[in-house]
Amino acid sequence: MNSEFFITPFNLGLYFILIYSVVRSTVWFRNLSRSDKLRLQRGFFGRPFMDSLREIFMESLLHRKIFRKNPVLGYMHMSLAFGWFLLIVFGTIEADFFGEKHLNPPSHAIFFRWFNPEHGAEGFARIYNVWMDLLLAFILSGLLLAVIKRFIPGMVGMKKRTRHTWTDRVALISLWLIFPSRLFAESFTCGAHGSGSFLTGNLGAALASFLPAAEIAPWFWWLYSLSLGIFFLLLPVSRYFHIPIELFLIFMRNSGINTGDRSSSYTEVQTHACSSCGVCISVCQMSYAAGINDIQSVYFIKGLRNDRDIAAITANCLMCGRCEEVCPVGIELGPMRLIERRQGEREDGTLRLAGKYSLMRKRSSIEKIPTQSYGYLVREEPQKADVLFFAGCMTHLTPSVIVAMKKIMESAGVKYRFMDEKGGVCCGRPLMLAGRDREARELINHNSDIIWKSGAQILVTSCPICYKVFRESYYLDATVMHHSEFINLLIEEGSLRLGYLHKKVVYHDPCELGRGSGIYDEPRAVISYVAELQQASQERNMSLCCGGSLGNLTLSSDKRALIAADAARTLTMSCPDELITACPLCKKTFVQSTKTKVSDIAELVAAALPRPAVKAVKKRATRAAVKATGNS
Amino acid sequence: MKGTPKHVIVAGGGVAGMEAAGSLAEMGYRVTLVEKGEDPGGHLLQWHALFPDRRPADEVRSYLRKRIVHHNISIITRTTVEKIKYHPGGTVSVNLSGGTDEKADAVIVATGFQLFDAHRKEEYGYGIYDNVITSADLEGMFNRGRVAKADNSVPARIGLIHCVGSRDEKVNNNHCSKVCCVTAVKQAIEIREMLPSCEIFCFYMDMRMYGPYYEELYRESQEIHNVNFIRGKVSEASVNINNRLVIKVEDTLAGRPLKMELDIMVLMVGMEMEEAGAKLAEASGFKRGINRFLETGDHHYGNNLSGVRGVFYAGTCTAPMNITDTISHARAAVAETVRYLDGR
Repeated sequence: MNSEFFITPFNLGLYFILIYSVVRSTVWFRNLSRSDKLRLQRGFFGRPFMDSLREIFMESLLHRKIFRKNPVLGYMHMSLAFGWFLLIVFGTIEADFFGEKHLNPPSHAIFFRWFNPEHGAEGFARIYNVWMDLLLAFILSGLLLAVIKRFIPGMVGMKKRTRHTWTDRVALISLWLIFPSRLFAESFTCGAHGSGSFLTGNLGAALASFLPAAEIAPWFWWLYSLSLGIFFLLLPVSRYFHIPIELFLIFMRNSGINTGDRSSSYTEVQTHACSSCGVCISVCQMSYAAGINDIQSVYFIKGLRNDRDIAAITANCLMCGRCEEVCPVGIELGPMRLIERRQGEREDGTLRLAGKYSLMRKRSSIEKIPTQSYGYLVREEPQKADVLFFAGCMTHLTPSVIVAMKKIMESAGVKYRFMDEKGGVCCGRPLMLAGRDREARELINHNSDIIWKSGAQILVTSCPICYKVFRESYYLDATVMHHSEFINLLIEEGSLRLGYLHKKVVYHDPCELGRGSGIYDEPRAVISYVAELQQASQERNMSLCCGGSLGNLTLSSDKRALIAADAARTLTMSCPDELITACPLCKKTFVQSTKTKVSDIAELVAAALPRPAVKAVKKRATRAAVKATGNS
Repeated sequence: MKGTPKHVIVAGGGVAGMEAAGSLAEMGYRVTLVEKGEDPGGHLLQWHALFPDRRPADEVRSYLRKRIVHHNISIITRTTVEKIKYHPGGTVSVNLSGGTDEKADAVIVATGFQLFDAHRKEEYGYGIYDNVITSADLEGMFNRGRVAKADNSVPARIGLIHCVGSRDEKVNNNHCSKVCCVTAVKQAIEIREMLPSCEIFCFYMDMRMYGPYYEELYRESQEIHNVNFIRGKVSEASVNINNRLVIKVEDTLAGRPLKMELDIMVLMVGMEMEEAGAKLAEASGFKRGINRFLETGDHHYGNNLSGVRGVFYAGTCTAPMNITDTISHARAAVAETVRYLDGR
C-alpha cells in the first residue's frame, strides 16, 4: 500500500467544494437587487473590504464574541478555526519551502509528512516541525473540548444544545476524525522513519516500539483523506456550511446590505450562515420561562434551510429581539421572521438530500385569501395643533396613562390636541407584525392624512408599538416622540415643575421602545428626576419581554402568564416600591403577575406634579361668586 | 361518642366554615373556628339581599350566627391558618398566624373565595373614574339605602357589566363564577325599585341562570322591571367632557359596535381563590386546579376530599358556588369528617 491513491477522496472533496462555492456565490450575486449589487461592488474596492477582513479575522477565526461570553467555548472555537487556518497556512509554506518543487497542489501540503517522511531532522526544519506539532496539539485540545461539549454540555457552560439532522451528524463525525487521524498518520510515519517532533515523534516512537508502524501508517492516511473528503462533500448540506458562508455574510453586511422586507440572496446567505450554536435558545424566554423548546430562531432557520412547513414556528415568537442581540453571527432574526410571516402559509417541501444542494430555493407559497379593505373608516376633519397626542388602542385600555398625560401636558401649558380621544384607528404595527403589510399600509395612510392636515410639529404617543411604526413606516413632517421623550423634553425646557417622590423604582424597557427603537436613556432621565431608580439585572438591550407581546398571536394565555411571572420576578428582585414601564401593554401584563405596584412612567411623573393649591381653587370660587352677585 | 370529644379545626369563618362548625358541635365534637377577620360571617357581611328570592342577607347571617353559639365551639379571630400537616398516628397539626400551633384530629378547610380585584381590568377605569363601582360597592349603597353618583346626584342611566374577571383569558381566569349573572339581575331589579325612572342596561356574554327560580327572576326583570340586556362585552370606558362615562361595546346580536353614556358603571366582579387559602395550599402541599381553586379528590363523589388524610374541603375554596350549595357542601364535608373520625 505504498501508492498515493489515498489522496483521491481529499482531492474530490476539495475540488467539489471549491467549484460548488464559486457557482453558488455567482448565483447569489446574480440574484441580488441592482442596488445591492452596486453596494457589493463598491464595497469590494473600498473600506468595507478591509473592515470585513478584520471582522473575519476577529470573529470567524479568533471568535472574539464567543470568547467574551464564554471563554471555554471561545477557546474551543478558536483552536479549531484559527488552529486549522494556521495549520493550512504554515503547511502550505512548509510544502513550498521544504518540498521538492514550488507551487504544489494542496494535497502535497496536507499530506506533507507522507511525501517527506524523513523531513525535519536538523536545523530550521527541526524548529519548524515543533511549530507544526504545536499547532496540531492546539487543535486537538479544542477538539477534546468539543467532544466534551457534545456529551456533557454543562461542563463547558452550555445550558441547551440544538438537535441535529443526520447529515449534521455524519459531517460532525468526519470533522472529529480529521485531526486525530492526522495525528496518528503522521506519528506512524514518523515512527517508521525516526523523524517528527515532540508530539508526532514521541508518539510515533512509542507506537513503533510495539507495532509495525510502516504498515499501519497508510491506513491512517486513508482515514485522514477520507474524513476530509467526506466533510467537504457534506459541507453544503450540513450546519458546517456556515464556516464558508459566514465570510460572505460579513462581507455583504459590511458593504451595507440589509435584510429588508422580502427574501433575497441576503436572506439565503443568512439562512446558511447560522451555525446552529443554540445561543438563541438559552436567552429565549419562551424556552426557559414557558418550556417551549421547538420554535427558537435556530429551529426557524433550520426549517428555512430544509424547506419545511414552519408556519407554526414562524408565528410562535414574541418578536422581542433578545436572540438577535446575542447571535454571534449577527443574523437579523426579527426581519427574517417577518419576511416569512408575510409569505403566508407554504406547502411543506421537506428537501431530500439532492434538493439541499440546489442553488437557489423557490419556496412554494400558498395563495393568500384576498382581504377586506378599510373603506368604511370615517374621515374626520382634523383640528390644527402644534402638539398632537395619539394614545393608541392599548393606551385606551389603560386610561390611567391618558389621565396622567393630560395632567402633565396641562401642567406644562402644552397646547395639544388629543387625536384619538373619541377612538382612533390602529397605527398598523400589529398587522405588520402579523405579516399583513398591505392592510397595515391602508391604516398608515388614513392616520398620516390626519396628522399631516393637523399641521402638528410634534406627535406624542404613549405606546411604543405605535411609536416604532410612526417613526419607521410613516412619512411625516412632525417629530415623533414617545411620551417618555416628550416628558424629558418638558423637564429640560423647564416647563414642568416636579416634586421628588421618595420611592425606589425599577424600570422595565419595553421591547419596541428599547431594542426596537433604541430609547433607553430618556425614560431613565425622567425617572431619576422624580424618584430613586434601581438597576434591573436584565435591562437595556437585554431587557425581558413582559409576555404580552402583540408579535405572537398563537401563544396561549397560560404560557404568557408563565413568561410574565418570570419577568416580573426578575424585575422586582430588589423589592422596589414600584415597577415602572413605558408601554401600556407591558403595564397590563405585569399588573396580572406581580404584587408590586405597576405604573407607567407618565403616572409616576403625574404623581410628582405639585398638587393644585387650595388657594387657587378658592380664588376662582370667590371670583365666580363675585360675578354672580354682580350679575344679580 | 365515647371518651374525650375529638377535636376538629375549621379554617375560615364564612358561610361554609360556620355551617360546618355548627354541625360538628351539634354532634358533640370539639371545634375551633379560625377566622381571619374581626367577626365570622365572610362575604355575607357586606351583602344586602340574596337572590333569587331577595330575602335580606341578615336572615341567613343570623341563622349562621346562632349556629356557632355552642359550648363546643371556640372561635379565634384575626388569625389565619398557615400550614396543615398530617402526622402518622392520626394527629393533624395546624400552624396559626402569630406563631401558635394547634393539634386536632381533623381539619376542615373553608377558606372561601375573594372577589376579583377590578383594578386589574384597567380598561374599565375602576379607581380611575369616580362612577365606576363593583357589585360589592353597590350592595354597600343598598345597605345605606341610596344609589347615587360620586357627586351625590341621581343617576339617569346605569350599566351593569357581567363577567369582570370571569371567563377572561386576559386576566388568566377562564372559569365562570356562576353567581354574577343572577346577582346582576337581582341588583338591576333593586336599582329599579329605588330609582323608577333610571335606565338600566346589563352587558352580558351569556346569561347563565342555572339555579331554581333564577330564570324566572331574569324574565321578571325584563317583563316587569324593564331592565335592558345587551349581549356583548364592554371593551373600554372613558369619560367625556361632562364627566359622564362613555363605554364601547360590540352588540353581538345586532352585530355592530355601540357607544353609550352612563352615569354609573357596575362591574360584576367574579370569584377567585382566596389569597390566604392559596398560601395555605402552597405550604401544605394541597393540589390546585388550573382555575387555582383547590382540587378535590373526585369531582363526582369525593368533592370534599383533599388527598391528605384528616383534611377536608368545604365551600367556595373548591369552586365558585352560591350560598345554598355552600351550606350543602359544608354539611357534606362534616359527613366525610365524621366518617373518617369514626372509622379510625
